[in-house]
Amino acid sequence: MRETSPRLRELLRGAVHVAPLLLGAAPFGLIFGVTVNTAHLQPIAAQATSTLIFAGSAQLVFARLFGDGAPWLTLVLTGVLLNLRHMLYSASIAPYMQQFSRGWKWLLAYLLTDEAYAVVIGHFDALGAQAPLEKLAKHWYFFGAGSALWLVWHVSTAVGVFVGGRIPESWSLDFAVPLTFTAIVLPNLRDRAALGAALTAGLLSVLAFNLPFKLSLVAATLAGIAVGMLLDCKGRS
Amino acid sequence: MSAFGVWSAILVIGSVTFAYRLSFIVLFERLSVPDWLRRGLRFVPIAALSAIILPELVVRAGVLNLSPLNPRLLAGLVAMAVAVKTRNVLATIIGGMLALWLLQALLG
Repeated sequence: MRETSPRLRELLRGAVHVAPLLLGAAPFGLIFGVTVNTAHLQPIAAQATSTLIFAGSAQLVFARLFGDGAPWLTLVLTGVLLNLRHMLYSASIAPYMQQFSRGWKWLLAYLLTDEAYAVVIGHFDALGAQAPLEKLAKHWYFFGAGSALWLVWHVSTAVGVFVGGRIPESWSLDFAVPLTFTAIVLPNLRDRAALGAALTAGLLSVLAFNLPFKLSLVAATLAGIAVGMLLDCKGRS
Repeated sequence: MSAFGVWSAILVIGSVTFAYRLSFIVLFERLSVPDWLRRGLRFVPIAALSAIILPELVVRAGVLNLSPLNPRLLAGLVAMAVAVKTRNVLATIIGGMLALWLLQALLG
């Protein structure tokens, strides 16, 4: 009998590790569908955002702003600002990616979402900077996590866009979104610096919630990072 | 907005998002990330996600609700406790949703 190939094993392992996060992503797709329907955004265009943008919060805000009649420039700037965090994910994961071929880098970069990042960076950090990731077929692990999320995201947004209007608002399914993020963040608040970053970003984002164009998100995130780094430096000296 | 406006906006946001994701992995791969930046990076998801979480608990339809009887605030605190205790995503989502439904039924 042949042993399971390491590629298949890593593909499945990645998909299994991302599975709990899929539970948060699926209702997000349905909520997106409800928003699209109330905003009268063309269903085909709405579904295309899942492939072309592939970032839940940006897609949701896009549909909401479109429904509010926001101008083109506001739509684009908000999306571009909201997704800026992906550049930092890219920088954070890049040192591990150097062993993989160019084609794999492009493919895996496309799949670098909040959820995939959270799962993959946790796994790679645990393996350590010196691990032979290519030899261990860890690009397949990343691909398993990323593509499982891609599939579930496309199915859930399609269901949301085409039947989402019928899900009653009283089910409060949109609450699954902050719950998923809570589950990702809380276990990472292991020291004073991390706690300071989270509290600063969270509180500032609440205080500034009525700034236009969702600028509160960007401002609060930057302030949270600054406070975290400051406390980190202090802890070292 | 015209169909051209919608599709061009989607394409621009999509291209920029893909460029972000590619940035350090492919485009600037020869640039080494300086040490202070690398240490700062661990605060990025913590800060970005916290900035999304808290308003979801206390702001509804553009109005701030800090009442101790706000079901979303209470359910969020329950979820935080579950997350710290179990470190399990599934348990956190289920705990938070059950708490929200229960509180909405009791307080609604």
